[in-house]
Amino acid sequence: MSKKVWGSKWLPWLIPTIVMILWQVLSGAGIIPSKILPSPTNVIKAGVELSASGELVGHITISLWRALIGFIIGGSIGFTLGLFNGIFRYFDLLFDTSIQMLRNIPHLALIPLVILWFGIDEMSKIFLVALGVLFPVYINTYHGIKSVDKGLIEMGRAYGLNGFSLFAQVIFPGALSSILVGVRYSLGIMWTTLIVAETIAANSGVGYMAMNAREFMQMDIIVLSILIYAILGKLSDWIAKLFENKWLIWRQMS
Amino acid sequence: MENTDQLVLQDVKKSYDHLHVLKGINLSLKQGEFISIVGKSGCGKSTLLRMIAGLETPSSGCVIMNGNPIQGLNKEARMMFQDGRLLPWKRILQNIGMGLTGDWKEKAMERLQSVGLEDRAQQFPSSLSGGQKQRVALARALVHEPQLLLLDEPLGALDALTRMEMQQLIESIWQKNRFTTILVTHDVEEAVMLSDRIIVLKDGKVALDQVIDLPRPRNRTNPSFNKHADEILAQIMNQDFEEKKDKFKIV
Repeated sequence: MSKKVWGSKWLPWLIPTIVMILWQVLSGAGIIPSKILPSPTNVIKAGVELSASGELVGHITISLWRALIGFIIGGSIGFTLGLFNGIFRYFDLLFDTSIQMLRNIPHLALIPLVILWFGIDEMSKIFLVALGVLFPVYINTYHGIKSVDKGLIEMGRAYGLNGFSLFAQVIFPGALSSILVGVRYSLGIMWTTLIVAETIAANSGVGYMAMNAREFMQMDIIVLSILIYAILGKLSDWIAKLFENKWLIWRQMS
Repeated sequence: MENTDQLVLQDVKKSYDHLHVLKGINLSLKQGEFISIVGKSGCGKSTLLRMIAGLETPSSGCVIMNGNPIQGLNKEARMMFQDGRLLPWKRILQNIGMGLTGDWKEKAMERLQSVGLEDRAQQFPSSLSGGQKQRVALARALVHEPQLLLLDEPLGALDALTRMEMQQLIESIWQKNRFTTILVTHDVEEAVMLSDRIIVLKDGKVALDQVIDLPRPRNRTNPSFNKHADEILAQIMNQDFEEKKDKFKIV
């Protein structure tokens, strides 16, 4: 299954590269007007200028920080709830219905409310990210634990595992692949939420940089911001995948 | 009861709602005995084994191990399941060592050697064939040095050749260690091949309790081997063996 395929290193990057080249050529020839879309070189130039002034790093750092804190808070709440509801019948009965109701509220619809509650401070962005991340992590943890093979759990008990050892050796590893799916999915939600929140209500961060550039018609900076989100998104997915490969190594060995 | 009886079942009954699966089973096993429980599928033979393991509780009656009624899990027993139930996320050696404490690695490795798979210790179960998985499952049961080994159709999913190989392996390990063994199977020949005694379960009761006193290793072509097998099969299939033979003669 995990046999090396020819070109597996560079083939995924072929389409992005072609798109970049095409974009550059078309912009250079004037077919794409720079008012609609600046050329890649202009975007890079804007990036270099903003990095030199330290502005870019500042915006990226604050965005990363918000994303990370929100993810940690929302992820750990979602994980803990999923764990308890998945394992203990009474937690499940008590909480699951309420969580399912809350889950169906689009968290971005809460932006007006959140601005009134927290203003446009850090708190509002972190709250929104945490809320967005919470549910996918919850659902996948809950589902992962519920769908661990009952036969394996019975076997574990019959072989003297109980309580924590049963959880650590059978239930958690059995649920892990589903939990990681939830994590990867929620990373996407994390960035989407942050972009929207920073665009609407912020005075720093990558989203704010884009909104600010719009005021001055700085096309290159707007496109730069979008590209940065794309790169950050890809990066976080790549890190999640690294963990998947490390922890789920048994799935590839066949 | 005699002192030598290691396991005693006293009027064990089991019903699910209105379905009476077992209607009073009485059985006693001596230390070191190899018995088989055979019967049609759904006759309650697996349920009986699971109650001996303590995975299910009888509706009435009791299971007595070494003179004490078992409560909860039967700690002296280890069960080997039909589907193996290896943990796919643990390497073979770790699977065998599951539930052991202290310096278990050497012991697990020894057991792995006894089933002939020591070179696979660091691989994951997904890389093994069905027969190899069951050998690992057997090693995992044996590493606990149980007084009572429970085999729940462990060879049911294997092909005929692998099954014969596994039967020889189980027999040789049993002869070396002499732990009491209960094999649940629907394969009558397998039961005759391995057991000191065969219990036929029918309609929730013991329909036949037959001692097999053939010398080991047993040979399938031996006429008395086949006689035993035919008799037991006839008992299971609800036919009077002798009567049928007579009918054939008349025809």
